[in-house]
Formats: sequence, C-alpha cells, structure tokens
Amino acid sequence: MYKCGAYPVIEKTAISAGIYSYEILCPEVAELAKPGQFVHIKIDGFTLRRPISICEIDHKNGSLRIVFEIRGQGTAKLTDINVGDNIDMIAPLGNGFNLPPDIHPNRRVVLVGGGIGVPPLLSVAKVMKENATAILGFRSYDKIILAGDFKQADAHVIPCTDDGSVGFHGAVTIPLAQELAKGDVDKVYACGPEPMLKAVIAECEKSLIDCEVSLEERMGCGVGACVVCACEVKQKSPSDDSAVVHTMARVCKDGPVFDGKVVVV
Amino acid sequence: MVCVMSKRNLSVKVAGVKFPNPVIAASGTYGFGEDYNELYPINILGGISCKGLTLEPRNGNTPPRIAETPSGMLNSVGLQNPGVDAFIEKHLPFMKKHGNVVIANFAGGTIEDYVKTAEKLSNTNVDMLELNISCPNVKEGGAAWGGSPEAAVKVTKAVRAVTKKPLMVKLTPNVSDIAEIAKAVEAEGADCISLINTILGMRIDVKTRRPILRNNVGGLSGAAVFPVAVRMVWQAANAVKIDVVGMGGIMTAEDAVEMMLAGAKAVQIGTVIISDPYAPLKIIGGIKHYMNVNGIKSLDEIIGKCEIY
Repeated sequence: MYKCGAYPVIEKTAISAGIYSYEILCPEVAELAKPGQFVHIKIDGFTLRRPISICEIDHKNGSLRIVFEIRGQGTAKLTDINVGDNIDMIAPLGNGFNLPPDIHPNRRVVLVGGGIGVPPLLSVAKVMKENATAILGFRSYDKIILAGDFKQADAHVIPCTDDGSVGFHGAVTIPLAQELAKGDVDKVYACGPEPMLKAVIAECEKSLIDCEVSLEERMGCGVGACVVCACEVKQKSPSDDSAVVHTMARVCKDGPVFDGKVVVV
Repeated sequence: MVCVMSKRNLSVKVAGVKFPNPVIAASGTYGFGEDYNELYPINILGGISCKGLTLEPRNGNTPPRIAETPSGMLNSVGLQNPGVDAFIEKHLPFMKKHGNVVIANFAGGTIEDYVKTAEKLSNTNVDMLELNISCPNVKEGGAAWGGSPEAAVKVTKAVRAVTKKPLMVKLTPNVSDIAEIAKAVEAEGADCISLINTILGMRIDVKTRRPILRNNVGGLSGAAVFPVAVRMVWQAANAVKIDVVGMGGIMTAEDAVEMMLAGAKAVQIGTVIISDPYAPLKIIGGIKHYMNVNGIKSLDEIIGKCEIY
C-alpha cells in the first residue's frame, strides 16, 4: 500500500556541506511508513524520480523526515524546494527493516551506517532506543551527520572516521566485530556503500548473527513494475530443494532491505 | 452539458479487438499491472501490454540498467521476466480479472523460441499477442529480428502459422525504412503493428569515463523520442492497411491526439508512467476533454486525419 501525491515541506535544513534535511507533512504516508522504506520524488524537469530513504517517521505529527546528499543535477534541483512548497512523491515504498517486536532489556541490535547510508538507520534507532548501538562511519570529522540525533534517540553511538579525525580511526567492521564479540547482539542492520555492506555481512556470518542490509540502485518506477533496479539474490531451486539458484530481485519492491544471507552484494 | 459529454465515445477497435479507450500501458513499464492496482483500478486503462515474455525465465542485464537523459531516459533491462509458463500461471489470471484488454508481449532468441512461446500463449485467454522483434537490449533475438525485412518476415510467418490470436508486431525504429518493414510483416499476416520501440542510445559518465549503463548501450524513450515516433507512425500508417498502434514519448493527452492524427488507432504509454503513475488517468481524461472542446463524437474523426502539405 502506497500513496502518490504532493505534500508540503514544513522544515528544511542544510545539515552539512551538500546534505539537506526536509520534514514533509504527509499524514496518510506517515501512517503507513516503517523504518527502512523510501520515498520516490519527482523533480521538475527530470524524467526519473529520485529514491530517498526515510530518516524519521513522526506518527504523532503525521510527518516524515528525509536526509539526502546532492549527487547530481536532479538532487541539486531538489534543493530548490523550500518550506511551504510541495514535494511530489510516491511513498512509502519498499519492504523496510524487520525490527524485533520486543527485545529483552539486556539485548541489543547494532546499526552500521556509512556516509549517506546513515539516515535510514535513525528511524531504527528511534524505535530501539537504548537497545541500539550505532556504529557510524564517515570519511572525516566534517562529514559526520546525525550523530547527535542518534544520541538523542538514546542509542549508544560509536563514530568512526577514515582519517581518524574523530572517533575510531578505521573501518566500521572493526568496532562491529568487537560489539558482536560481547555476545548480547540479536541482529545487525546496515546501510552504506557496497564494500562496507559486504564486509558487514561477512562479519555477521562469522559470528552467526542475522543481519539486514539496505541497498541502493538506480531506479525506474519505484513500485516494482519496470524491473530496472535489480540485484542478485540466492534462492532455493524450485526443482531441487538442496540446490541454490541465483535470481534477480527488485531493489524497490523486494528490497531495499535484504537478508544478508540471501543478497549477493 | 452533462448529456452532451456522455455522448463522447472513446472506444476503439484494433485488429478486431475492442478497447474501451485508446490508452494502453506499453510493455515493460507496467509489469503485469499488479503494482499499480495498489494505487488505482487498472481497468481505467484501455489495455495493458505485459512485460516482454520469453520461453524460459530470464535474469536480464547487470545493473545499472537505467539513466536519465535530456527529456527522457535510457534503459537496458534485458527482458528480465518470469518466463511464459509463470506468466500464464501466476500473472495472467490477475490481469484478466482486474484489467481490460490483455496483450501478451513476447520475444525470443530463435524462431523456435518465438513459436513455442506463441503456442503456449495461444492456448490461454489473452486477448492479443504482441510479437516483439524490437528489443534493443538483448544480444540475440529482439531487434535483430526486426532490423531487416527478411528476418521480420521469417519470424512473423512462423508465429502466424501457430496462432489464431490477433497478432500485433512491435517494430524497432532503428531501421532506415520503416515502411518497408511494416509492409513486410503485413504481407505475412500481422493483424496490426505497434511502434516505436526505443531508439538505441548511450551515456558516458565524464568523471569515471565509463558508460552509465552496465550494458554500455540502451534504449532511449520519453519525450525526446516523440517527434521521431510521430514521423515513423505516420510513415508506417501510410504504408499499410492494417491497424497501427502508436507509441514513443507520449507524455500528455495532446501527444496522444497527435499520435492518432498521424494514423495510430490506439496509443501505448510507458516512460511517462515511470514519471507519473497517474499519467494514464490524466491522458484519458485529457483526450475526453479534447473531444468535448472540439465537438468530436468518436475517435474515428481524428485517427489518421492529419492533413499533410
């Protein structure tokens, strides 16, 4: 179930160089939305919509927050939209993260985000609160986004930078391995560049802990019809239960969130 | 006034098949209708041409498979589809139940593939077959069959021999003489033709010096191709007696009317739906409005009625 319409922007902030945050008033969409889903935005003068993950869902106010980076002409044009203007979007789309219905006070989930892959994990932190540990990787100190929002959501935050300018100096997978070794992690949720996702999946496999990853792909319709945004997944062979076959899934409809054991990154 | 408006008749007959209105979802952009039926009842459309089917399931090309272009887009999906058997079992019942006219678009690598797929589809309740000899995104088959009159004749003849269903042949614009191909498939028993499929194109990322599409090249569609499509539909419609279904870059109701003036009995829309899922409703409403404003009672009054100089 999704909607297609024009909804007003009620807040706009530039949160970092080239990274924008919009709050959109859309009660009918917010009511349906869950963490890990995305919105598909029409931009004036462009044929293709731009998929942007949902960063926060405010059920009380009936609004969504999105955070996106200027990547090209389309996303640059999107920043022309100001408070009071409408955003034309199809939403909410995709499957979203499978969050545990309840969690033991002594158990945790770990969120692993890289760069502009961090925003969708905030909506998970808002639900999991103090039971979430967020390992957030950025290139350098000045590229850090949303770390304060995760803390405000009561998540435990481990910042990492490639250049060591703040937090852990190095890849997110090193603190991830340390967290998993503590033995109290139920599940891992990750979003970020493909090499990072690959490493996170490998780390979780080693520790036998379930993980879900959110993928990004160039998209067409966003609703599952045009099969443009494909990714490879492993499936049981329909003819032989013990054999595994590789097929193509739709990132927009079957994803963007995939089981780390199933998706081929 | 209400009484006057109710007299407008949007229905058209293509190759003997009645469509309640002339707007058809083009193959490849509407899947099997399931994904859009969540937003509005898909029977608002005159018909749906399903995602191109092949004898066996296909995974398609490696992504990225889509790129933005000025006033359009490139795609190189590469005929990813569940295969004709899965279509018949899982998707056709839904399309028949919820949609109007169901057109089964199908492609193949060899004549044998085309024939076997056509035979399977002929034993179902699909309303029409659309023989795709124009897909630019597969290595063998596809547009290779539509690129020359000789090849087009061979495959049309073979498929015609195994099906009594109304047969529409979808033509590629990547040829120098569209009238020649149109006449060739008409002579082999095609009941109607549809055109244009996408125009072969390419984009390169200047930062990485790599093509944006993993397939290097892909099919151009959207507003950018519209004038080419109008010209080719006009040329084809003037070359054959069978019905012509026009498509290629139709974005508005005015575009649809223009395509019909060029000779199209019905139109297919694709890329515009990716931009705006509500486009079919807007275009159908817009055609109705055009008829009201201009006192047109039936679409026969505009089909092929372009007065050339």
